[in-house]
Amino acid sequence: MSKNKIVVIGGGIAGMEAAGQLAGLGFDITLLEKGNKMGGHVANWHHLFPDGKPAKDIIARLKSNIQDSVDIHFGAEVYKLQKNNDCFILKLTDGQNMEADAIIIASGFDLFDAARKEEYGYGVYDNVITSADLEEKFCSGKPLKTSKGSIPQKIALIHCVGSRDEKAGNTYCSKVCCITAVKQAIEIKESIPGAEIFCFYMDLRLFDRYFEDMYYEAQTKYGIHFIRGRLSEASEDLNGTIILKAEDTLTGKPLKMNVDLVILMVGKVSSKGTREISKRLSIALDEDSFIKSNDSHSMFNFSSVEGIFTAGTCTGPKTIKETIADARSAAMQTASYLRKKSVTIENEK
Amino acid sequence: MPVWGYTINNNNQIDFDLKDLKIFDRLSCSEPSIKLCIGCGTCAGVCSTGNYTQFSLRKIISLISRGEIYNLSEELSKCMLCGKCSLVCPRGINTRNLITNARLVLKELQIEVD
Repeated sequence: MSKNKIVVIGGGIAGMEAAGQLAGLGFDITLLEKGNKMGGHVANWHHLFPDGKPAKDIIARLKSNIQDSVDIHFGAEVYKLQKNNDCFILKLTDGQNMEADAIIIASGFDLFDAARKEEYGYGVYDNVITSADLEEKFCSGKPLKTSKGSIPQKIALIHCVGSRDEKAGNTYCSKVCCITAVKQAIEIKESIPGAEIFCFYMDLRLFDRYFEDMYYEAQTKYGIHFIRGRLSEASEDLNGTIILKAEDTLTGKPLKMNVDLVILMVGKVSSKGTREISKRLSIALDEDSFIKSNDSHSMFNFSSVEGIFTAGTCTGPKTIKETIADARSAAMQTASYLRKKSVTIENEK
Repeated sequence: MPVWGYTINNNNQIDFDLKDLKIFDRLSCSEPSIKLCIGCGTCAGVCSTGNYTQFSLRKIISLISRGEIYNLSEELSKCMLCGKCSLVCPRGINTRNLITNARLVLKELQIEVD
């Protein structure tokens, strides 16, 4: 029996984990990453919920699983796919052709472009930033400051930016923003103990293990204020502070507040890469633009094309834990698909 | 209730920058569990007083935490301290002690003493 070849598309944590698992099972794996670094979005994050572990530790561990056993191919995308009997032929943008017995798509998500919520002023007001911008600041190691260079004393975190919002075209929940807001609020409070921090939320969706504990700690230990009400609009004062307007739905009153810094919790959208690769591979997308699964209960790693599997956030928002679990599941489904196929071929001979 | 558009109406907006959170801050020291409220309303649902008046402990906590203390003393006086709310609170807020302490704080600060 010849060694089956699998191509994994996308070098984020889902692609790395799926590739590592399959290499461990003895398959011949090529991992395609269109950029020049591994780790996807996680590589841009500083510390992770719920335990504050450094993001680079996760990436280092995933890397150590693949560095000797997986052929990692940087800087090329698939622009065409052909099927020749039971074998896929992938044509890459760097001129190479690649054969594969199975494909795993791990093309991930993009962050919602916060500038599209014009009423929040991202890209217009200097003191409105996103959760990703904040992580970049944490990674840089420099203290958090306003655009005028002062230490912010009043900070608002806005949940659901680009999620659960028909106006943004995304009606789904992005799952990780609530807990990211709680995590970032705690981190800001730790670095600026005197700051007053407000989270504006519609619903708090703290679904996973330890998430409620973080919320409890944010209230008791850190004194973070949670205001149930979605931000209606933000505007800028003459001195650069941001005026927020929302309804405080628990008191039933409209509320106005000046803050020094606003952090928008941007949601997840189907990545450009996911949409392009789906088109080139003739894979069906769902209404939310994420890849459609064969069914959402047990066949969630199966795309609409036989032999092409999905791993991670190309099928919708996930936490890191869920992404890793999904990638392992995709690896197992791909392995069992190839084993069954080789048994059938052997029997036919 | 004044007719909208033909009379002068009071501003209903909470201008948070002008609010004084001293009652909330005092209560956070004497009964720290006030910080744990998630606004679920279980206390208000079980409350006998709430069935016959506008009294809602959930709303009182929300208002105190926004510095909205208008009529607070009168509202707090409606509570009969039966304690059903403390039996049902999912976050373990010591509601009865919270109300007793809120009354004390108002007295200390000489706000609307009855």
